Amino acid sequence: MNFEFTEEQKMIQQAAKDFAERELLQDVIERDEKSLFPTNHIKKLSELGFLGMMTHPKYDGGGMDTISYVLAMEEISKIDSSVAVVMSVCNSLVNWGLETYANEAQKEKYLKPLASGQKIGAFLLSEPEAGSDATSQRTTAEDKGDYYLVNGTKNWITNANSASTYIVICQTHPDKKHKGINALIIDKNTPGITLGPHENKMGMRSSDTHSVMFNDVKVPKENRIGEDGFGFTFAMKTLDGGRIGIASQALGIAQGAFERALKYSKERKAFGTEICNHQSVAFKLADMAVKIENARNLCLKSAWLKDQHQPYGIMSAMAKQYCADIAMEVTTEAVQIHGGYGYVKEYHVERLMREAKLTQIYEGTSEVQKIVISRSLLKD
Amino acid sequence: MKICICISNVPDTTTKIKFVNNNTAFDNAGVQWIINPWDELALTRALDLKDANAGAIEKITVVNVGLADADPTIRKALAIGADNAIRINAEPKDAYFIATQLAEVIKKEAFDIILCGIESCDYNGSTVGGMLAEMLAYPSVSSASFLDIQNGQIIVKREIDGGQELLGTKLPFIAIVQKGIAKEPRIPSMRGIMTAKTKPLQVVEAVAGEPFLSYNSFELPKSKAACKKIDPENVKELVNLLHNEAKVI
Amino acid sequence: MSVLVYTENWDGKFKKLSFELISYANEIAKKLNSTVVALSIGNVAEDELKLLGNYGATKVLSVVHDKIKGLDNQVFTSIIAQAVEKEKSTVVVFAHNNTGKAIAPRLSVRLKAGLVAGVTAVPASFKPFTVVKKVFTSKALSTVVVNTPVQIVTLLQNTYGIIETATPVVVEAFHPQIQDAEFTTDIKEVSKVTGKILLTDAEIVVSGGRGMKGPENWGVIEELASLLGAATACSRPVSDEGWRPHDEHTGQTGKVIAPNLYIAAGISGAIQHLGGVSGSKCIVAINKDPDAPIFEAADYGIVGDVLKVLPEMIAAVKELKNS
Repeated sequence: MNFEFTEEQKMIQQAAKDFAERELLQDVIERDEKSLFPTNHIKKLSELGFLGMMTHPKYDGGGMDTISYVLAMEEISKIDSSVAVVMSVCNSLVNWGLETYANEAQKEKYLKPLASGQKIGAFLLSEPEAGSDATSQRTTAEDKGDYYLVNGTKNWITNANSASTYIVICQTHPDKKHKGINALIIDKNTPGITLGPHENKMGMRSSDTHSVMFNDVKVPKENRIGEDGFGFTFAMKTLDGGRIGIASQALGIAQGAFERALKYSKERKAFGTEICNHQSVAFKLADMAVKIENARNLCLKSAWLKDQHQPYGIMSAMAKQYCADIAMEVTTEAVQIHGGYGYVKEYHVERLMREAKLTQIYEGTSEVQKIVISRSLLKD
Repeated sequence: MKICICISNVPDTTTKIKFVNNNTAFDNAGVQWIINPWDELALTRALDLKDANAGAIEKITVVNVGLADADPTIRKALAIGADNAIRINAEPKDAYFIATQLAEVIKKEAFDIILCGIESCDYNGSTVGGMLAEMLAYPSVSSASFLDIQNGQIIVKREIDGGQELLGTKLPFIAIVQKGIAKEPRIPSMRGIMTAKTKPLQVVEAVAGEPFLSYNSFELPKSKAACKKIDPENVKELVNLLHNEAKVI
Repeated sequence: MSVLVYTENWDGKFKKLSFELISYANEIAKKLNSTVVALSIGNVAEDELKLLGNYGATKVLSVVHDKIKGLDNQVFTSIIAQAVEKEKSTVVVFAHNNTGKAIAPRLSVRLKAGLVAGVTAVPASFKPFTVVKKVFTSKALSTVVVNTPVQIVTLLQNTYGIIETATPVVVEAFHPQIQDAEFTTDIKEVSKVTGKILLTDAEIVVSGGRGMKGPENWGVIEELASLLGAATACSRPVSDEGWRPHDEHTGQTGKVIAPNLYIAAGISGAIQHLGGVSGSKCIVAINKDPDAPIFEAADYGIVGDVLKVLPEMIAAVKELKNS
């Protein structure tokens, strides 16, 4: 076993930290408050290659391993999860899905501009009546011979407005249930696609989340990823990796809140001493630190398994569930340590607490992760 | 045209400074090392020039005097965009020793422009660049805050009290740069980080040289008396204290 | 034997800094049983040169050369080296300013004389030459020993002070050998702000940080500065944002200053900022965050909104001036 990071991994971590502190921190509160999409920030982030970190250089990606991705996600999420979620969707859902399952022509046309950061992608799975339950897709892709005709509505779509390329999960053969599902690459500008209003969210308010409506949208057959009916497997495999991204995001939120609470507890005085000298606060800090360390180890182990080409779906489910849940706990305690200051926006921790909540919900709720974990324990 | 940037490996600017061995040596336990900020600005400017003058600058080389522990810092310079690096394998003893080593390497490489940060944030000598220039008998422009290549001509400005001077000079020359030379240091891209490990980092042995100075002991400045807080509703009191107690206005 | 001081002039005039350097050199000369020789390059009237005698200089070498249009590092190095030889100087003193930083290192190599840059006090001993200097950007001090027969120091401005010692002084025209080939830089253009108090010369500095909210609020900083005869400065984020010019940035990577009074308005006091201002004799901090690190470094502090406190301060200073 070796817990040391390589020189490159450390450099990536530092680059992400520098970026977050230099570019994201200064206006993160305002962007959250006004739900402003970080257009320029994302542009700079993509120029540095953070949106296609793990894609092979032959498709214009960075060729980094998943460990590096976890480290970078943590650093960005410490400051701004609305940016981190763009990074997560692009890297682990859209780009990874295309690189792993798309054909060469599709990679050439769609993956390259995404991996090089010229374009942004979105992953359209959730529906008004099918969130984490991916088997019951109502969006249909009717086989019309040389094209699919797509109809339906997708919900809670991150990057819905900013993305150019959609990967849409839809049902072609309802009788075959989940085996009739397909994943289609759809250009956002295709006629028949309309967006719902920007969702006014509790947290990650500056990421652009919309519902997306498809009304008789014609999609060429060549835009289907894999064989007919591969869509469900595609979505599940992609989500396995996506969980590592969200787990690292939750980890970053927790770490960010912890660092702020630790610093504050060493500066703020009460009853004649810095509050960190009160056991009630010191023990909170200790509990937070242990949880974060556990969370990080789960993230890194999932990433390591993925890099070693070993099965990682269960470990990433554990990481996602645990990191999200402790992020909620740690951020709540961070607000508590800050007292009244924690409840106002300037001190960041209330925002981190709102952001933490989403990590327990999206890309499979904590409960769904427990289904994944427990089923694997109970099978055979 | 070939540009050389001399870089030092220094403790991160947020480092809490401590000493060991009875206050005779810097405590580097847990210290994060970085490219000296002024050197990093110099590198940034060189890269900007290379981007803006396609083909005019064939190579950007970073040179460091240090032991193997400086390699991650040198790799970072390569990740940011330098083409190659030379590390002169020696403990940097003082400015004269460092300049002696740099001069030896730079003489052989025939650079056109050599950039040094005006000081390093460890020993704050503001010395190496000027010494290097004298050893090589090159012109030097100190406190340079602007450097450009326009129609093949070098334009350099230096800070003077209350303003700037625009200078013409001969190549090769040494610009000792300060704040203003580049906006802010670059963050290495993923591509840059990946290619950094394939770029050449040549290690050369040091030549003989004795330092002029020895840093015999260190101490931390005495801590200040506690801040006297004044009621924000009584700003007049502050002005009175500054006038009558501190006697500074 | 002598202690040689390079006294720069500004349009033919000396400044407080010049007299501080002579005062400092005079203290060294006393300890070495030596004398202070000042070297001036450029056109300076004899009366002005003689002013250096008020602080302990016994001789002023004046170099006037029609080819010298401004600072040329190689030419100046050559002139000073010849003066050192002529006056058998064992210690050479420069200011730790742009000029000193440009020439002293070259001279160090030319004379094989150890250079200690940025000293704040006279040497503690001369055998061996031992002097304290700030290191790690004012976060620590180091006792440095110079191992060469001749020593060079650059003195941080406004750290030693001015001591008047009326001394009989002679002005001597000095004609060093200068080869044409030594001129390597020519000054093509000079842009200068006039009438503004220079940050490095100022005894009082009023400095604004991000807490000022935006460049449009700098009026109060400028008004207070003009009332106090102060220079204006700013923290790094402010100059990075382009709210204020770079030459106002004080801190570790900007200007290091040591005024008598430093007023930090809306500056949180990151360790890098403190590194550039901690030499100030008196620091006033105004910040709405009671936990801002600037209060650790400050002598006087007000916890409050700068945009409310500064106008009240302006009113109070006006009142003081009128009384």
